[in-house]
Amino acid sequence: MVDPLIASRLQFALTTTVHIIFPVMSMGLAPFLIYFTWKDIRTGEPVYEQLRRFWTKIFAISFVVGTVTGIVLEFEFGTNFAAFSIAAGELFGGPLAVEGMMAFMLEATFLGIFVFGRERVGDTLYFISSVAVGLGTWLSAVWILIANSWMQTPRGYELVTEGGQTVVKLVDPLAAYFNPRFGYMFVHMQNAAVESVALFMAGIAAYYVFKHHVREVDVDNVNFWETTLKIALVALLITAPFQVYQGDMYARSVAETQPQKFAAMEAVWETDSYVPEYLIAVPTNLDSITDPRAKELFGIGIPGGASWLASGGDPTAEIRGLNTFESQAPPVAIVFWAFRAMVGMGFWFILLSFWGGYRWYKGQLLNDGLLHKALMGSSLLGILAVELGWIVTEVGRQPWVIQDVMKTSEAVSPGLTGTEATISLVGFAVVYLALLGLYTYVITRVIRNGPPGREQLRERPDRTPMSDTSAAGGADDD
Amino acid sequence: MISVESLSAGPLFGLPLPEMWFGLIFTLLATFLFLDGFDFGAGAIYGLLNTDREHEAVLAAVGPFWDGNEVWLVVFGGTLFAAFPAAYANLFSRHYLLMFGILGALILRGLAPEMYEQRHDERWQRAWSVAFVAGSVLAPFLLGVFAGNWLVGNEGSVSLIGVVVGFTLTLLTVVSGAAFLRLKAPLVLPERVSTYGQFAVVGYLVAVVGTLAILAVRLPGGLLTLLHPTIVVLVVISIGLTAGYIVAMRRGESLLALGAAAVLTYGLITVVGIIMYPAIDPATGATISETIVSTLPLNLMSIAAALLLPLVASYFVVLYSAFSGPISPEEAY
Repeated sequence: MVDPLIASRLQFALTTTVHIIFPVMSMGLAPFLIYFTWKDIRTGEPVYEQLRRFWTKIFAISFVVGTVTGIVLEFEFGTNFAAFSIAAGELFGGPLAVEGMMAFMLEATFLGIFVFGRERVGDTLYFISSVAVGLGTWLSAVWILIANSWMQTPRGYELVTEGGQTVVKLVDPLAAYFNPRFGYMFVHMQNAAVESVALFMAGIAAYYVFKHHVREVDVDNVNFWETTLKIALVALLITAPFQVYQGDMYARSVAETQPQKFAAMEAVWETDSYVPEYLIAVPTNLDSITDPRAKELFGIGIPGGASWLASGGDPTAEIRGLNTFESQAPPVAIVFWAFRAMVGMGFWFILLSFWGGYRWYKGQLLNDGLLHKALMGSSLLGILAVELGWIVTEVGRQPWVIQDVMKTSEAVSPGLTGTEATISLVGFAVVYLALLGLYTYVITRVIRNGPPGREQLRERPDRTPMSDTSAAGGADDD
Repeated sequence: MISVESLSAGPLFGLPLPEMWFGLIFTLLATFLFLDGFDFGAGAIYGLLNTDREHEAVLAAVGPFWDGNEVWLVVFGGTLFAAFPAAYANLFSRHYLLMFGILGALILRGLAPEMYEQRHDERWQRAWSVAFVAGSVLAPFLLGVFAGNWLVGNEGSVSLIGVVVGFTLTLLTVVSGAAFLRLKAPLVLPERVSTYGQFAVVGYLVAVVGTLAILAVRLPGGLLTLLHPTIVVLVVISIGLTAGYIVAMRRGESLLALGAAAVLTYGLITVVGIIMYPAIDPATGATISETIVSTLPLNLMSIAAALLLPLVASYFVVLYSAFSGPISPEEAY
């Protein structure tokens, strides 16, 4: 049997790693869906109805899988981390409850109308539903990230001992909820979600555009895929550079408020100034190659880069080393590599967006096979970067569950047995991996089936055969 | 502007907030059990229907609603966590495997209709039908087991009271589900759906009597606890509503029957709340006043709930008005 602490941590890691994919899809799709709904209602162009219906289907599937995988998380705090829940309930329970009432309810009720109700409600209520669903997904993130960011940079609380137990008391709600990390985290996460979805859309669209224009194999509704590609590229041109720009400020905030995590991100053991930003690093001792906390590294780096990042422009700035902290260092290698891979991808996405934008400007967007292949290969990298970012955030905070307040090892439910924890861990490993497989299978099918054809679109008075051909210019594609 | 000092000084307007939160949490639980209850019941009845068209009619009827309905469980969990953190933590960690059983059943139930729609081959749809029925029946049953254990303070997961409450709750969801389906798909679904509801409501009454008999033996206060005037009144009302439900279903007054099912559900949970009060976790003997969060977060949560819950209610009014009247099996997206 696995130790209850290890099993609980593995289970939480597994369930969140799988779950986060679906909120990324739904939060990222939200602004696109509001736009498609608006354009569909206002212009009546068939392509916007196709866009709305196709991406709503993907949104709905993501939302359902997100709901069923997410409810588990809310109860896991109680089942597996009862000691944490008791100690931090005052600060942590409130945001979760408000998330349910303010955000999840808004999302789940209006989703019924948005997905099933097009024929039952008027344009105004339908558009309001799309906004309500989108707003709900983003408000969810506000409250969940308030709870999470408080664990990174706890503020506005005081520690009180009650009956032998140390618990956190809320004293300043504004300081606690709008803690130093919250703003950075929220902006970074939401922009990442839109960027990830833009990459996903662009990758799929590039496949069909490539097939049609480069391979010259006839594709149904090619106009739909061309429009998808262009809209996704616009979103990528906005989000990709912004993500790296904002990420730089985020890293500085980490250096200021969680120096231990920052030192792990840069693998700095001894306090030093003029610290290089290693692009790659390998342990010099072969024995430590599998050690996540390997110390002796040989690397190739940019002189002063890490100091520059930590201070916002001063390559000689001092970075506090991991050796100076009383608690054990986080698993450095995991944090170090996850951070590098995430940042590397962030720059690649910028390059990709500029490349696509340039080819579009030159009028060659639809014919550049290499660009199409690059987009196809990058379609899931946004989601991967989000996963890596969360690994930096959560693994980098170890050994603390609440930074400098409570250790992860003290958070687990006291009565939990190894047998129970192992059973649920194995059960969840099977169920969540099956869910992920099923989701992939279903989404792939939806994509293969493509958008609804012209003959399946709604009848509307302003959509005459004339406007049908002139508006979209692709009526003869299928 | 209200200051942090005044919010920390004492309960808002001197209200008995801990008791109100105790009441609110059980109201949220009852709302979940009624609203998602008719989805569960519809899922159970799905298993008793034969044709594809009937099956699709059931899926179309629950389609727009179930996700919103299920969120009441999330809000129940969240508010229990926010208002009584220790009760939340102890209760859920104590019934560890049971909790994951419930969550597993909810996963099956939620996923199945979505998957069913995706492919039109027989084996695929049959497999997801089984998952849908299993999830819909197991979720209320296991929730009942959980509620039974919670009420009498059982440490383990399996107990007689748990199983009996599990059956009680499952039958109650069928009672709601039958009325809901008669309301939403009167032309597609056969007359016998109404008969299922009538059998279920009689079974429910028997199960409630069984539950009360076990409680009379198990509870420290014995029979005396159960002779609380409100409980006696609620039991009498429930007997009357059972008869009323049967009459309404026979006359085809599905909305009235659904209303009766709602009152039965809220009545049952009220009885549970009265028996438990003032404890919130009978296993440890922890009371409301011992586990309630401190004044400041309690006041903040109370303001949030007072502002947000009426809004939430309005979302449900919009949703249920948009989908008022029968929903045809063709109304899939």
